[in-house]
Amino acid sequence: MDKIKQFVTDFGWPRIIIFLFLLFLFIAAPFVGVRIDASISDVFNRFGQNALFVLAMVPMIQSGCGLNFGLSIGIIAGLIGSTLSVQFGLTGLMGFFGAVALAIPFAVIFGWFYGLLLNKVKGEEMTIAMYVGFAGVMFMCIMWLILPYTNSTMVWGYAGKGLRTTISVEGYYRQVLNDFWAIRIGTDFIFPTGMLLFVVFCAFLMWLFLRTKTGTAMTAVGSNPDFARASGISADRMRTVSVIISTVLGAVGIVVFQQSYGFIQLYTAPLAMPFAAVAAILIGGASVNKATMVNVLVGAFLFQGLLTMTPSVINSALKTDISEVIRIIVSNGIIIYALTRKTKVTK
Amino acid sequence: MSGKKSLGRFFTENAVVIIFLALTIAAIPPSGLSFQYIIQEMITRLGRNTFLVLALLLPIFAGMGLNFGMTLGAMSGQIGLILAINWNIGGVEGLLFAALVGTPISVLMGYICGAVLNKAKGREMVTGYILAFFINGVYQFVVLYMMGSIFPIKNPAIVLSRGYGIRNTLNLENVRQSLDDLLMLKVGGFLIPVATFLIIGLLCVFVVWFKKTKLGQDMRAVGHDMTVAEAAGVPVDRTRIIAIIISTVLASFGQIIFLQNMGNMATYNAHDQTSFFAVAAILVGGASVKKASIPNVIIGVILLHVLYVVTPRAGQNLFGSAMIGEYFRQFIGYGVIALTLVLYAWKARQGAARAREGLRGGNSATAAAGTAAADTAKGGAK
Repeated sequence: MDKIKQFVTDFGWPRIIIFLFLLFLFIAAPFVGVRIDASISDVFNRFGQNALFVLAMVPMIQSGCGLNFGLSIGIIAGLIGSTLSVQFGLTGLMGFFGAVALAIPFAVIFGWFYGLLLNKVKGEEMTIAMYVGFAGVMFMCIMWLILPYTNSTMVWGYAGKGLRTTISVEGYYRQVLNDFWAIRIGTDFIFPTGMLLFVVFCAFLMWLFLRTKTGTAMTAVGSNPDFARASGISADRMRTVSVIISTVLGAVGIVVFQQSYGFIQLYTAPLAMPFAAVAAILIGGASVNKATMVNVLVGAFLFQGLLTMTPSVINSALKTDISEVIRIIVSNGIIIYALTRKTKVTK
Repeated sequence: MSGKKSLGRFFTENAVVIIFLALTIAAIPPSGLSFQYIIQEMITRLGRNTFLVLALLLPIFAGMGLNFGMTLGAMSGQIGLILAINWNIGGVEGLLFAALVGTPISVLMGYICGAVLNKAKGREMVTGYILAFFINGVYQFVVLYMMGSIFPIKNPAIVLSRGYGIRNTLNLENVRQSLDDLLMLKVGGFLIPVATFLIIGLLCVFVVWFKKTKLGQDMRAVGHDMTVAEAAGVPVDRTRIIAIIISTVLASFGQIIFLQNMGNMATYNAHDQTSFFAVAAILVGGASVKKASIPNVIIGVILLHVLYVVTPRAGQNLFGSAMIGEYFRQFIGYGVIALTLVLYAWKARQGAARAREGLRGGNSATAAAGTAAADTAKGGAK
């Protein structure tokens, strides 16, 4: 009994409720005429699309920078990479990896500056990260209008300049990862093997990294800064490294998202993306200063499961569109829950 | 020498205001707008926005930072307005009724917000921001699903065609500018809504008076140092909750004033940008997370809104695209918030580092001073 109690306190009531709710949705799905195989396929797909964003939260949480509300900085770098890849006309796997390769240098540079900035404002990272992200997105809105892109699939037809709001990657790298070794069962179930392998590969790299010397040092900086300083670790350097990794993962994450979703979304689209990732990792059981790979995978799965299942099940059961409201309440509720836990604030 | 030094200090302390002023002045000529137009627009916008921005002052005094949870108050005010339209109460009475309905709701909201923020000391701002999202969900649930189904709505014109839920846009014709028109003076070709300004003036007097009361002093003590205040017998948590409650109630009145001037209400979006505009305005006016005054509010509203009026036109004339101006002004708004927060956090950390050095002796102090100086140099270079 004590063990169960301990488990409940560790895991937290909100997560248990969400888990049970999701379970209930899966059970209820067939009764309201929602195809369970299509739903599961959807959940896998959306899990793959978003898992890297959630993974991107880990390094900064570990190094004590808190939740990366400025993930949009990384997403912007990814958008630059993917638009360049389309501009150069790279297709297929070349297109995908080209976009990733073109995005990473930008992500490293942005992440480096972003990290330096966050080192100056210890203790206030989260609010500042949020606004730096917003400002970055708005700045890039202007850039998307004036950068000299010329590929006719990307620019507005009548003006001949300025990128479109959404750009189809059909014919470039749409679904290249999803279709890689994809398993089809029946008409509705598609298992996106390639994308999930890629996600697991990235998560494995992160797992490995956290066990290297640098990774351990990073965790030390986050969990006990004084101890870390005493052992001769430069806190600022570790924090910068963590921000760069987070930003790079954000950049790769958006390219993975695009190849599955089929479109590059520009302008104000990245504004809200960090919040979903933050909510997901917290649902997975992470706190503001500790996160593991299990948190990432469980969180991404639960959160995306919820996002997929609530609209289809609740809407067909109640014949209303209330699911959006449920999503807002659940995802923000869990963030507040995590922010109000008694945890040490890094100073 | 000292004159030069104080001038330098003046510039660093007011860097945000000065940069913003320069930017605004630079954007006026290319916009091609007449001063006549800009000044009239300013008078209107001062009346529309100042009350909302003033609502931010008390939590800053109490050391809780910028109250992003003010959106909760804005939503309460909107519920008041919806009910005023429902019962078809027009004119100033309608506004009073809306405020009367909004007050208990915003007191409750303020209490919730304050209690949550007390559990998240040290990260009030981000928590308040997310709390606004969360309550937005609850607001949508109430207005979109419960009004007309559980709460009876009398006026069919404001209900969605499906039978429940409030329409996306509400026409506030009955109360439109009723406060502004109550006492409209025409001075030298400019229309001045005197009644609105009187209310804003009253609030300013209230704020000045409140700072001198026992509660106001307690608030400043809490804002200065929570531990010391607690030791001196100030009920810290209670004081912080009261600061947030007053701020939330004021925000609900502010939103009612804002919307009566606009004349229309986007039921589900009107509150989205409330905290963004208010926070950007007070920061542009030279306030920081810990320090704000009434002049900050007024200067901020004027500067931010001049920029907001002129940039789309300036963008159109300079780059041939109004969208560039539109994005630019949003970039500036978010950028200013980020910049002020960074400057403040940076200064606070420098102060803390200096205080730590004082405690240390010998070599480590010089070493720390060395790194701090290097940090400063780097920061300056950036």
